[in-house]
Amino acid sequence: MTSILAADDSASIREMVQFTLESAGYQVQCAEDGAKALALAQTRQFDVVISDVNMPNLDGIGLTKALRALPAYQFTPILILTTESSPEKKAEGKGAGATGWIIKPFNPETLLKTLDKVR
Amino acid sequence: MELDMDRFRQIFLQECAENLAVLESDLLALERGSGDEDCIHRVFRAAHSIKGGAGTFGLKAMSGFTHHLETLLDELRSGKRSIDANLVSLMLKATDVIAQMRGDAEGGGEGQSPEADAVRGQLEAALGMAAAPPEQAKASAAQGSGDWQLVMQPHGDILASGNEPLRLLRELAALGFKVISVSLGALHQGNYQPEHCYLGWTLAGPGQIPEADIREIFEWVEDECDISLSRQAGPAEAAPQPQAEAKAQVAEAKAAPEQSIRIDIRKIDALINLVGELVITQSMLASLEGLGGEAIEERFSRGLSLLKSNTKALQESVLGIRMLPISFAFNRFPRLVRDLAKQLGKDVDLKLVGEQTELDKTVLERIGDPLVHMVRNALDHGIEQPGQRRQAGKNPKGTLTLSACHEGGNVVIDIRDDGAGLNKEKLWQKACEKGLPLTQEHKLEELSDGQVYDLIFAPGFSTAAAVSDLSGRGVGMDVVKRNISELGGSVEIQSQLGRGTLFRIRLPLTMAILDGQLVAVGDELFVIPLINIVESLKVEPDCLLKAGGGVVFYQLRQEMLPVIWLAELLGTQGEPGPLPLLCVVEAAGRKLGLVVDALLAQQQVVIKSLEQNFRRLPGISGATILGDGQVCLILDVPGLVSRQVGRDSDSAAVSAA
Repeated sequence: MTSILAADDSASIREMVQFTLESAGYQVQCAEDGAKALALAQTRQFDVVISDVNMPNLDGIGLTKALRALPAYQFTPILILTTESSPEKKAEGKGAGATGWIIKPFNPETLLKTLDKVR
Repeated sequence: MELDMDRFRQIFLQECAENLAVLESDLLALERGSGDEDCIHRVFRAAHSIKGGAGTFGLKAMSGFTHHLETLLDELRSGKRSIDANLVSLMLKATDVIAQMRGDAEGGGEGQSPEADAVRGQLEAALGMAAAPPEQAKASAAQGSGDWQLVMQPHGDILASGNEPLRLLRELAALGFKVISVSLGALHQGNYQPEHCYLGWTLAGPGQIPEADIREIFEWVEDECDISLSRQAGPAEAAPQPQAEAKAQVAEAKAAPEQSIRIDIRKIDALINLVGELVITQSMLASLEGLGGEAIEERFSRGLSLLKSNTKALQESVLGIRMLPISFAFNRFPRLVRDLAKQLGKDVDLKLVGEQTELDKTVLERIGDPLVHMVRNALDHGIEQPGQRRQAGKNPKGTLTLSACHEGGNVVIDIRDDGAGLNKEKLWQKACEKGLPLTQEHKLEELSDGQVYDLIFAPGFSTAAAVSDLSGRGVGMDVVKRNISELGGSVEIQSQLGRGTLFRIRLPLTMAILDGQLVAVGDELFVIPLINIVESLKVEPDCLLKAGGGVVFYQLRQEMLPVIWLAELLGTQGEPGPLPLLCVVEAAGRKLGLVVDALLAQQQVVIKSLEQNFRRLPGISGATILGDGQVCLILDVPGLVSRQVGRDSDSAAVSAA
């Protein structure tokens, strides 16, 4: 089963992501900020990481950089949840090592469709 | 996939309320200059979360509106713009609009606010936007006739971003592409690196695939993969077209506004624990069934005492669930004080103390408005203009302190200002002009400070149009007092001329149970709330003094207390006891003696509403059911006191039932 680590500081988004992905048969763990996600990522190997950009303690860009520095997450797909589709934002994510992005607002369908691309 | 988004919307709305509170308090901190480095980041994240969530959960207006606020905050965060009072005011106004939108959504609406357009205009002006950017029409993909030819050459380091040519190929295959050839690139050269990508592909696909669909596959790898897309001459081969996805119909069911409460998980754990204990006790008692003999009696009584302590603990725990920190009521004050002080041209520092003090949700909800009223009054009439303060040798900046703490089974809320204080003479003068009853019966010298200050709670006082010429604070304070009395609480005033005023509100922790004193009057039993009882004593006939008009006073040490015979007042049956007792009760700073026949047990009673189950009775605040099943009425002491002492015409006057 594909396991996913999702980081977002908003409880409603976390619940929605978790519910959507679990309903689609994924195994999901959530973290409320980048630092917690990073700690979780070190306890086991996730197949995909989905992360919000703006979070306390460690933001999504920082999380991506930190994950890419871990051998276990060198090639793991990391999707950034972003509210802007501007080239600068994308470049920033890319520069940190993100695989792709999910543009907010997103609904369950777009989330699953996007995830399909990296599964 | 069909998904009920409503369930998440509720979570979002609650989260949104929390984010709004962060916005407000941190914006105020920024304005005061007391915000730390994290402050602006927190504000930004709060706005950002609201925008994202609103968009996700179908509140388009809210999301769009919040976007403007977020853009402003982003400029602040990145240093493009600096903070000033006007900007903070504007952003607070925007926060209000979002709060209205949230309220609308909670009520089942679409998250609209009547002020949205006006404030949006101001935000846009602040952002320097001439007009909303026009919608960019999407270029439609040119439809050609020939088949597609696609050459893709991923860069060597494409894998390092978690992207995989295999996935790109899979998506292309789903569109109908087929691989024609593979180039091996530099694979055969000496220094092979396993984490590099060497291969390149040439693919062919049917001509009817929209170009945009093909380009979209490479969206994430624009600069990590070179592609060249061209059309080949020749007829197209029929290819499977991806099914157009039918858009899932979003159910428009409007959720009924749901009352929810966020509970500390530890409280729930404690509750579950207690229920476990209760189950054990129950099975212990059940095991005694059918047994006989002497031993059973002891085990039975042990079981009962266990049941008693479990029940009490469970009751406390369950009531604890409704307990919320008073910060829920205090949170609105930083903003309120700021706005009001600005409006009045005063400089006021607000201090909040004991925000974690917990009290019942119902009490909390109902104390909010009276608190607002008193804070407004303190600012309007209590704290002086900076110039006046300077002249009086005081700090030009006034201080208003709101504090809360537990005291016995009560919550004490203090509203303290360091303003001008109450002027007894002027208060008295005003009361005489108004013709308040107290002024006709007494002279100023006969009354205690508290009694004079209490004049501002008199109903007649509130109609004064211009009270600002004196330091009195009459506007609507009678309503404040009534609201507090209805909650079973009391207000007391202390003041020092030139130094400030303190309003002390005392409230029961909860309205569901109370500590009561059971008293007998004739053949009947009544409950007097323990919070109101000052002392109880034997009636010395010598101390009873008859005044005119059938009014009787009791001389208790230096004090003269009005006395009521409850048997007369309530019209009870049965002979009075041989030894009448006087129960001295107090409400709103006034004392009253109640003559009863006997004092019985003190116990916690569960309050049942008389209004809901029967009808409202003057002088009675509710009912309870005693252990033996007897229904027992609870006396409304504040009502009795105000009737007897203040003779407030509109307060609940007791008529013989």
